[in-house]
Amino acid sequence: MEFAELIKTPRVDGVVLHRPFMPTVEGTLCLTGHHLILSSRQDSAEELWLLHANIDSIEKRFVGSLGRIVVKCKDLRIIQLDIPGMEECLNIASSVEALSTLDSVSLMYPFFYRPMFEVIEDGWNSFLPQDAFKDLESITDEWRLSEVNKDFSVCSSYPPLVAVPKHIDDDTLKKVATFRHGGRFPVLSYYHKKNGMVMMRAGQPLTGTNGRRCKEDEKLINATLRAGKRGYIIDTRTINVAQQAKARGGGFESEGNYPQWRRIHKAIERSNILQESLIKLVEACNDQSHSMDRWLSKLEASNWQTHIKEILTTACLAAQCIDREGASVLVHGTEGTDSTLQVTSLAQIILDPTCRTIKGFQGLVEREWLQAGHPFQQRCAQSAYSNSKPRQEAPVFLHFLDCVWQTLRQFPCSFEFNEAFLVLLFEHAYASQFGTFLGNSAAERARLSLAEKTVSLWSWVNRPQELERLTNPLYEANSLVIWPSVAPQSLLLWEGVFLRWNRSSRCLDEAYDEMVHIIEYNKELQNKVNSLRRQLAQLETEDPLLHTP
Amino acid sequence: MEHIRLPKVENVRLLDKVSPGRSRVGILYLTATHSIFVESDTGLRSETWVLHSLVCSVEKQTTTSSGCPLLVRCKNFQVLLFSIPREPDCHDVYLSLQRLSHPEGFVELYCFSYKPNIVEEERRQDWAFMDLKANYSRMGLPNSLWKLSSINQHYKVSSSYPADLFVPESATPPVVVGSSKFRSRGRFPALSYYSKENHAAICRSSQPLSGFSARCMEDEQMLEAILRSNPRSDFMYVVDTRPKLNAIANRAAGKGYEIEDNYSNIKFQFMGIENIHVMRNSQQKLRSPSMSDFLEGLESSGWLKHIKAILDAGIFISKAIAEEGVSVLVHCSDGWDRTAQVCSVACVLLDQFYRTLKGLMVLIEKDWVSFGHKFSHRCDHLAGDPKEVSPIIDQFLECVWQLMEQFPCAFEFNERFLITIHSHIYSCQFGNFIGNSQRERREDLPLRTHSLWRYLWTNCADFINPLYRPDHSQTQGLLRPSTAPYCFKFWKGLYNRFDRGMHPRQSVEDYLRAIQEETQQLEEQLASHKQVQLCHSPLSEDNSRNQTSDGLGYSAAQVIPSNQIT
Repeated sequence: MEFAELIKTPRVDGVVLHRPFMPTVEGTLCLTGHHLILSSRQDSAEELWLLHANIDSIEKRFVGSLGRIVVKCKDLRIIQLDIPGMEECLNIASSVEALSTLDSVSLMYPFFYRPMFEVIEDGWNSFLPQDAFKDLESITDEWRLSEVNKDFSVCSSYPPLVAVPKHIDDDTLKKVATFRHGGRFPVLSYYHKKNGMVMMRAGQPLTGTNGRRCKEDEKLINATLRAGKRGYIIDTRTINVAQQAKARGGGFESEGNYPQWRRIHKAIERSNILQESLIKLVEACNDQSHSMDRWLSKLEASNWQTHIKEILTTACLAAQCIDREGASVLVHGTEGTDSTLQVTSLAQIILDPTCRTIKGFQGLVEREWLQAGHPFQQRCAQSAYSNSKPRQEAPVFLHFLDCVWQTLRQFPCSFEFNEAFLVLLFEHAYASQFGTFLGNSAAERARLSLAEKTVSLWSWVNRPQELERLTNPLYEANSLVIWPSVAPQSLLLWEGVFLRWNRSSRCLDEAYDEMVHIIEYNKELQNKVNSLRRQLAQLETEDPLLHTP
Repeated sequence: MEHIRLPKVENVRLLDKVSPGRSRVGILYLTATHSIFVESDTGLRSETWVLHSLVCSVEKQTTTSSGCPLLVRCKNFQVLLFSIPREPDCHDVYLSLQRLSHPEGFVELYCFSYKPNIVEEERRQDWAFMDLKANYSRMGLPNSLWKLSSINQHYKVSSSYPADLFVPESATPPVVVGSSKFRSRGRFPALSYYSKENHAAICRSSQPLSGFSARCMEDEQMLEAILRSNPRSDFMYVVDTRPKLNAIANRAAGKGYEIEDNYSNIKFQFMGIENIHVMRNSQQKLRSPSMSDFLEGLESSGWLKHIKAILDAGIFISKAIAEEGVSVLVHCSDGWDRTAQVCSVACVLLDQFYRTLKGLMVLIEKDWVSFGHKFSHRCDHLAGDPKEVSPIIDQFLECVWQLMEQFPCAFEFNERFLITIHSHIYSCQFGNFIGNSQRERREDLPLRTHSLWRYLWTNCADFINPLYRPDHSQTQGLLRPSTAPYCFKFWKGLYNRFDRGMHPRQSVEDYLRAIQEETQQLEEQLASHKQVQLCHSPLSEDNSRNQTSDGLGYSAAQVIPSNQIT
């Protein structure tokens, strides 16, 4: 298929663009296969380059002969285009609609994008499982890297390499896979160096209504316990939801078959409810009524903050079991690709200072989200403005980023990255020129040859000029476990995402710059004092007379 | 001392409501001014002090097997739950605290027994630190348009007004007195703020006694005089901060609001801020257990809605002054609650000075203390009518805090400054807020108590906002905040002040403060190193020549508070 077939009118003159907090621009609108471009042809005025993939929905209205298109983006921005001529407007609208909802992944922009920067380090090779495992090997020999899934036949959503207990062989893994949802047998998610406790994740066990059991499954997870020690199974669903899952062949680990494990149920909602929550929250933020009662009641009704609290609480619980109780933990929900990953990745942010660095966080996103098979393509297909009925969409990753932001707000000096980094990941998960978040699993990514055909987001981020923008000036490495508060008063609305286009951030940005300025001036002085000291020391050695006062 | 039934109780437990495991056992001592809980377990002998004047309620709860619980709530939002082993002891402590926290006369207040180590001479000078006349001359007053009136010198015209007031040059004493007779409690229109740049002024008063048809020539002349003292404007606003319905209801009682037809060239405007009773109930809901469902509790309290209404009114006035150049007369019913809030919020928005440490103190002294906000009634200093209590000043401080959140570089002071002021308004430790008017205060307090303003100024290093830059663009001129509902936040720094676990574990402000202190030391070192190097220069000319001059655009001196009060 050619893009040209979809583009009915490639350009229209005299289009007026309205954007939040920016002056209106009049210029020429151009449609390309991947972008909507508006250029004023005046050197000073800024151009608009909008990826079609970033468009969540469009609305068209007519005022006389003037057509108006309201473009609602996945990053929550809303822009308006005034187009002279009804036919042009209709053509543009239908083209944009078609181009922003292309089904085929291989037509997406990352396959056409050519980087205008020099790749210093290829992000596709920055976070290989074998490299991460080498680190673990130097501490413990209790784990091995299994190739049982090298052709993705045992578990379609797992990567080719997974860490499992050393004494569990591949045949056992294959048997366990048949007992776990989606073949997601328990694998190592995190090793706590401080006490050797581990966190594993899996899909739900397929006990069904008959209470089916699997000796190999029991053997596998028991192999991670020290003699005489008990572990915790954190089921992210309520006991009721878990019970109901039995009717559909799922279920949970019974006390009888897993006597060494204590099971705890939490209440993280399923994805369709989360999507609804996002839509309600964004609607509340865009409410123009200026009524405080309405705002607070809509904010509450969205339940967004409640979900944040539940996810963070569960992550804190997992971290507590590991660090405070000295116990190993297995986390799962239903599929093990959504709430499970929120919990395991946030627990690592809490426990492991490495995950709070820029590189470490990228590694975490690679391991616990991309490799672990979070279906990004499905979850991020639409955002808050979508008119179509949600299918698989859910802001699972955005929830995770929000929880990280909450923790960052509470420990502003303990993260190497700043808020801009989290916002950037949100944007690129929904629409990007990079291939990192395409596909739903490692298997799909391999099939699409993303590493060969697209550029990795990390290749772009890990360059000095980008890193500088994303680095938290307050950062001081903190080797401690950080326990965030989950009191509702402590959890804030993430303004940087949800109010970004509703209120000017100029004064807050200025405050940030001022903070950077204070810190940089201090560093500058430190350097000056140090160099003067060195000069003085040199003088004193050269001139022994100075020693006598 | 006679109110202390039991000076000491042993084996008292101080319960931790978040994690019961962290409850502490110790001895509770009752003194004349404080209750002190001394932990007996630890070697640290950690102590918890509760100032009796800060206690707002004491509640005995149902006795359990482990003891008799006593819930102490404080005006600074601290909540303490003690468990006392024996019921009779608990009852004695309860009765003692009830009495000690509700003094029956001014002489019992803490400020009369608070004796810091300050010599008498200095103490008296400390009161002179606050000079409102200097503030008026900072505004350029008196001038050809506004004069200092001595009409209320003996508090005869209005007993709740200050002695020194500014009125229009053309307002003769008979006009002022006539107008005062037509206004509730004699509170005639007087100047609160004057803009040197465009001559627009904020005046304040109480409601007119207009009823359904009454008129007063002098009052009409008074407004005319205010209008004329702004030569470039042909009309003025009269802002009634109340909801229209409340104002109409007042007409039946012979009070009310200005009838536009009777006054020449006024534009009348209602603002819809609720009265002290609504505000009291609203804050009580903030303190209640219904806040366990946080957002629902916050909504049903209505608190942020009221804060928004006050800020919106302040914005209306500040824009009238700065953008339209039009003078405004502000009133509510008596003109000492909502009027004080709205005038002072407008001042903060209008004038950079009121966003400095010194400026905020001057502002509170001007629009609250001197203009007769009834602190002792509103803050429940003495046992009295509970219907007079209301968190009106809390709301003003919160408006300032909400503005600080929107303009982080525009304020010289930090959140701690607001919280400290809040605390001492209620603590009665200093004489500044005792009584209900200047007339009540003037006789005794400066002779026998200490001044908070001087104390704050002495400790100003604790209250500096490290991000403040006097020359910053967001610091200049009129602040234009957004009052979209989502711009308002819950002030957990105040309302959850004592819930340590809820606050960020690392403070950006403290971090920056530490950096700035270090920066200052480095600057000193740099200077002294250069000095040494200069001494050496004859021996090693090369080094001194290589030394670069430090053309730094920014100096730590800029963040040190300005010393002039102008």
